[in-house]
Amino acid sequence: MSAVTAETPIAAPNGWVRRFAGLVRQVAGLLGSVSLTFLGLTCVTFVIGRVIPIDPVLAVVGDKATRSTYERVFKEMNLDRPIYEQYFIYLKKILHGEFGTSLMTAHPVLSDLLRVFPATLELSVSALIVGVCLGIPLGVVAATHNGRWPDQVVRYGSLLGYSMPVFWLGLVGLLIFYAKLGWVEGPGRIDISFDDLVPTVTGMITIDSLIAGEYETFWNAISHLILPGSILGYLSLAYVARMTRSFMLTQLRQEYVLATLAKGLSPFRVVWVHALGNVWVQLITVIALTFGSLLEGAVLTETVFAWPGLGLYMKNSLFAADLNAVVGGTVLIGVIYIILNMVSDVIYTLVDPRARARK
Amino acid sequence: MLNRRTFMASATTLSTLLAGYEANAATPKDTIVIASQIDDIITLDPGEEYEVSGQIVVSNVYDRLVRYEAEDLSKLVGAMAQSWEVGKDNKTFTFKLRANQKFESGAVVTAEDVAWSLQRVVLMDKNPAFLFNQLGWKKDNVKDLVKAIDANTLQFKITEDYSPVMVLNLMATTAGSVVEKKVALANEKNGDFGNEWLKTHSATSGAYKLVSWKANESVTLEANPGFHLPVKTKRVIIRHVPEPATQRLMLEKGDVDMAWTLQSDQLKAVATAKDIKVDTFAYSGTWYTNLNLGDERLKNPKVRSALRYLVDYDGMVNTFLKGSYIVNQTFLPKGFPSYIDYKPYKLDVAKAKALLAEAGYPNGFEIKLQCKNLSPLTEIAQSMQQTMGLAGIKVNIVTGDAKQVITDLRARRHQMTLISWTPDYLDPHTNAGVFALNDDNADDKPKPLAWRNRYFDEQSNAMTMAAVKETDPKKRDVLYAELIKRITDQGPYILMFQPLTPVASRKNVSGYKPGIVEDTYFFRTVTKS
Repeated sequence: MSAVTAETPIAAPNGWVRRFAGLVRQVAGLLGSVSLTFLGLTCVTFVIGRVIPIDPVLAVVGDKATRSTYERVFKEMNLDRPIYEQYFIYLKKILHGEFGTSLMTAHPVLSDLLRVFPATLELSVSALIVGVCLGIPLGVVAATHNGRWPDQVVRYGSLLGYSMPVFWLGLVGLLIFYAKLGWVEGPGRIDISFDDLVPTVTGMITIDSLIAGEYETFWNAISHLILPGSILGYLSLAYVARMTRSFMLTQLRQEYVLATLAKGLSPFRVVWVHALGNVWVQLITVIALTFGSLLEGAVLTETVFAWPGLGLYMKNSLFAADLNAVVGGTVLIGVIYIILNMVSDVIYTLVDPRARARK
Repeated sequence: MLNRRTFMASATTLSTLLAGYEANAATPKDTIVIASQIDDIITLDPGEEYEVSGQIVVSNVYDRLVRYEAEDLSKLVGAMAQSWEVGKDNKTFTFKLRANQKFESGAVVTAEDVAWSLQRVVLMDKNPAFLFNQLGWKKDNVKDLVKAIDANTLQFKITEDYSPVMVLNLMATTAGSVVEKKVALANEKNGDFGNEWLKTHSATSGAYKLVSWKANESVTLEANPGFHLPVKTKRVIIRHVPEPATQRLMLEKGDVDMAWTLQSDQLKAVATAKDIKVDTFAYSGTWYTNLNLGDERLKNPKVRSALRYLVDYDGMVNTFLKGSYIVNQTFLPKGFPSYIDYKPYKLDVAKAKALLAEAGYPNGFEIKLQCKNLSPLTEIAQSMQQTMGLAGIKVNIVTGDAKQVITDLRARRHQMTLISWTPDYLDPHTNAGVFALNDDNADDKPKPLAWRNRYFDEQSNAMTMAAVKETDPKKRDVLYAELIKRITDQGPYILMFQPLTPVASRKNVSGYKPGIVEDTYFFRTVTKS
């Protein structure tokens, strides 16, 4: 006892220094990985822009431009300079936050991204809520009823969600709930009669209309959101439910489950508190990946529902060979993943005492 | 705690709320809502825009000196100009403006606004500048050549020998749109003539003013009370709905009044609906195959002729192109001034085989056919592959992205390329100048279609220039008829089809009769009962 007590004053500063050094290492590691990811992104996008068999000047001036216009734009785009110089000009601009102007919209890419991303965020969050709030309980129920009918329903329901083309699902959803039953509003984010009624604060119409106190606009936006959100949510649900089932099955076979049951704990508590508590770390990864892929933009859902989000923007940029927009979008997606990784790391430490101990 | 009873109560409340939330089915009576694909709009500045949807919008927003009006699309009439005179030398044009025309700001239109608007197209040197460059207007002389004589009189001169008809037709394009100088200059940045501001705003005296353009979302227009002709629809909203099946649902539901880009299966389905009608209008495109004369085989006129006999024109328009395309074997679309109905080719394998044997290819050959990976181009290519195969020609179809295909074409790297072309203005020279004229065959970029196919023919060049300079409209028609036949029979093309534009609308919508070019799509005549 006395030895421990004697060592304590010396151990404290060492622990503090160690923790600080660890933090510095972590931050440096994070910055290093972010910088490397970012450099990699710029290299890839630059190379793609140069190797694709599309004349970048043609993408700007159009098929009918005169020779003088073509040559002027050729020089304006610095294409007369050596390739390495072009890359440094390109990198410098990106580092200054200048993604340039989109050929497709004639607006600065940054302002385009600030316009389309909130639309995608609104859709993704609603889809994630559906996916997580229903997917996890369904996965748990399937695992606890392994091999019985609730399990079969969840498994086949998930399989259906996996295998059905979202494009078709969207159109059928529109046909039934919008065209036939009239329960929800149709494509687009809002009715034309509500267009431009609320000032843009976050870019998410549901939030902005609540801020402005425009409740009718809010309900209209919700009615537009509910169908694409549910359909995308169903796809997330399918993934989350299947993964939850699989993680839970592993947990339910562990000895501690038998032990806790034998100890007299209710099966409900054993399943929903102890077993589920042990799969949270894995589930967080699943949820983060699901959210990431939703935020990349669901091109097909956005196409069917005329939802002006990031996916549609990126698809149009690629088809129009609009490299500024492609680069801007790619960097944004890269940043999203970096942020999601960081958030997942933080949540790991909150839900897993072992992770806290390691740090 | 949530028990079964509270769960049921909540579910009932939610479903009642949802059921009670009625979708707003009908659009307002004074508003026309159109579902279309408008992601090609990159600017709404008339001095810069050059895309299909942009032209339709700009054409309805801005007015010009002369134009083909909705009331009679066959006649060029004064729009902002009350009258005009052409000097004896056919090079000086003087226009008297209508009195009391007003911009959306309330300011009166002056000849200075018109002169400045025409000058800025040349000075900005954006895509449409080439239209006026043809007249000899360059950056260094346009201010001397285009002038306001007084507040109500505009005069301009051209330095080239062109038919006055062609000059007036150029003034009728959207490039001839008149912008309010004062407003544009008030929003000028770094000497850009207000270009950045005018991309998303208007300063117009035309039928509509631009309320908003949200890229890839919508364009909203509102009637301009100062316009000199009646505007029946007060508000027009074009919504970007990329998926045609979604457009169909919105049209059936009544959330849009017109759907512009439905595909043939959707058109067939909506045509039988009781509240919907489908009208078909001719469009000005030319669908054709480029034959690169850089390839020794295609250089031979007999091979080119044989290939023209190896396309099943009628078979295609009677099957998968039915209702959307007509056969047109000339470089001028039907409905254009000087168009002639000339269709000498049909599928004739025996004749093609004979021509190939005469050319020294009795067993055919292998060749590459490039096209965009889009329907119905791919289907047309497959049909050509099948019929050309009947004469021993093995066609390898290579599909690709639009810009990839065009890049190869402009670099003269293709063998055969199936593609479409749309004219720039409503005058035969717009297509003659690209399909027939090639005055310098040297390797350089970018040049007209004849150059891309290495077609260099002194006689075609001379005929093109004679026709564009001819001042007598009847003689001009004769010259174009000769040129059309020459290019159809000897040119580096297989001229095949002209598209039609089907428009599906609610039955209570009437008055929409677009012409064959985007400049003649009018919203102001549309009404809703």
